[in-house]
Amino acid sequence: MKLNRRSFLGTATLATAALSAPALMGQTRPRVVVIGGGSGGGTAARYIAKDSDGAVDVTLIEPSRRYYTCYFSNLYLGGFWEYDALGHDYGNIARTGVNVVHDWAVGVDRDAQTVALASGERVPYDRLVVAPGIDFVEGSVPGWDVSQQSLMPHAYKSGTQVQLLKHQIETMREGGLFVMVAPPNPYRCPPGPGERVSMVAHMLAQSNPSAKILVVDPKETYSKQALFEEGWERHYPGMVTRIGPDFGGENVEVRPEEMEVVIDGMVEKADVVNVIPAQKAGKIAELAGLTNDAGWAPVKPGDMRSTMDENIFVLGDASHQGAMPKSGFSANSQAKVVANVIRGELTGSRIFPARYSNTCWSLIATDDGVKVGATYEPGAEQIESVTSFISQTGEDADLRRQTYEESIGWYNGIVADIFG
Amino acid sequence: MRAFLQRFLFIGALVVPMELAAQAIPIGDAVAGAEVYRRECASCHQIGEDAQHRIGPHLNRIFDRGAGSHDDFRYSEALLRQGRDGLRWDLRRLDAYIENPRALVSGTRMSYRGLSDPARRADLIAYMRAYSDQPQNIPEAAPTARGREVNLSAEILAIEGDIEYGEYLSSECTTCHQRSGDHAGIPGIVGWPEEDFVVAMHAYKQKLRPHEVMQSVAQRLDDEEIAALAAYFLALGRE
Repeated sequence: MKLNRRSFLGTATLATAALSAPALMGQTRPRVVVIGGGSGGGTAARYIAKDSDGAVDVTLIEPSRRYYTCYFSNLYLGGFWEYDALGHDYGNIARTGVNVVHDWAVGVDRDAQTVALASGERVPYDRLVVAPGIDFVEGSVPGWDVSQQSLMPHAYKSGTQVQLLKHQIETMREGGLFVMVAPPNPYRCPPGPGERVSMVAHMLAQSNPSAKILVVDPKETYSKQALFEEGWERHYPGMVTRIGPDFGGENVEVRPEEMEVVIDGMVEKADVVNVIPAQKAGKIAELAGLTNDAGWAPVKPGDMRSTMDENIFVLGDASHQGAMPKSGFSANSQAKVVANVIRGELTGSRIFPARYSNTCWSLIATDDGVKVGATYEPGAEQIESVTSFISQTGEDADLRRQTYEESIGWYNGIVADIFG
Repeated sequence: MRAFLQRFLFIGALVVPMELAAQAIPIGDAVAGAEVYRRECASCHQIGEDAQHRIGPHLNRIFDRGAGSHDDFRYSEALLRQGRDGLRWDLRRLDAYIENPRALVSGTRMSYRGLSDPARRADLIAYMRAYSDQPQNIPEAAPTARGREVNLSAEILAIEGDIEYGEYLSSECTTCHQRSGDHAGIPGIVGWPEEDFVVAMHAYKQKLRPHEVMQSVAQRLDDEEIAALAAYFLALGRE
């Protein structure tokens, strides 16, 4: 749907907006480049283009022609969602006026204000949005690196890796062992590993009920823990075992060729191993010199502007911003704040105070959905939580079903917001 | 509703001392309420001995019952949803529903324009209450338990929304509620009458309406921002 603000804005406001455009709006249109076409970058590109009605030249750089969402990829694993329904292309983003370039961004020259593409081309910008998502920390799980991902998939960036993991689980021997090596904080999608365990258990309970699941986790506690544990006990009794740091869960090594997992010196033979390594900002953030020692890109809480460069904003999972979880919902929320600020700086449109929010739904079993969420605002140093809520243990089945249906409504809502 | 609460329950008090709460405070005139019921409700709802579901469910023991909780009546999905979220028919919510059904439960099938006169609503509720358990001598029981007063003054309802600000604020809504108005799992919010939108958001803000995500979103919206959103989503519906 196309929104034409002129049709309902008074002429006085329109005149103000046009006359107050700052110097940047000289002979050429101001240029915004967005690196990464996921929930953060896709939203930012689309909103800047849509709301500026052509006054800003927006380029989106994204290597994939079809984007597969991480959210709901666990539901695909569990058989609740079609693989094709995870995929979205860039046609509608392009139709809002975004110049979509399918290429890799391989460098940023911050002095010249250009982005280098793998093709050799350089794309100039007045404002740059960096939204590359995550990369894995090399060596965080000894024995594993990306070259082993076909033997031990991470399946943590959606797409074919999730298909591979699903295939491995489906063809696992009867009574086999599925091991998940869970990541340390901070990582993408805090309830993601717990939801994945739930979906794998759901799948195995039907096709391979004597199979077992072992979670090796370096964290003391994890998101929605009470809800997941209650759900596993109810739906998949005796199937899931978790080894936390008190029993050596932080001391794990894998041997992909042998399909072995070594936990605190004890060798465990496994049939399927899902390694979710420690994470950091997507590589381009580091190449652009935007990351801290921990590998994340620190930003100012009021507008997600990089603390390293006034003309660059970092969105979503790659950013280090404070209390917001690394989620597609958060990235989408942050993108709208950034779009409003960038458009204001480049065209003189009104800049409104930042407000952020997030809700994460998870599915535990058929019609058993739970959620956690919060609203956020900028604090002095970082983004802070204002109010929060979480589903309760012991909720009745109708409410859980409604929460699940709501999550489907949300999925359709957010992908329509970004790609629709 | 606000006037009703002030007139019949307590004047401006947010915390009711036990002594006062324990008194049986008259809601309204049940005899006059019988006539209001006959004119306004009886064509669809039965009440009293042998009452059955008709177009609407029977209304015996409505007080403190969960919304949409008769298993043998087919409710709208909207009412069932509110019931699952925890809506119970206490005095405050019944009053709000009778005043403007759609404002409390958007999408209810009850095609009733609402009863704006607070005195007549009070009489009606007093009448209906005779067919429910009457716990007026148990101060903590739900029908006489009172939360904070919802105070939507005429000034709040008259605020003219800043559409451009509403457009910005709306981006928080559209992560879930689709701009196209499509709704499945999450209700549509495009093209609502502004007043319904404002009342609904204040109802979430005051936690009168259940639903944690909406309560949390509404919590930090001030009167101007709610008006801005109402104006924007109405305009969007006219596009």
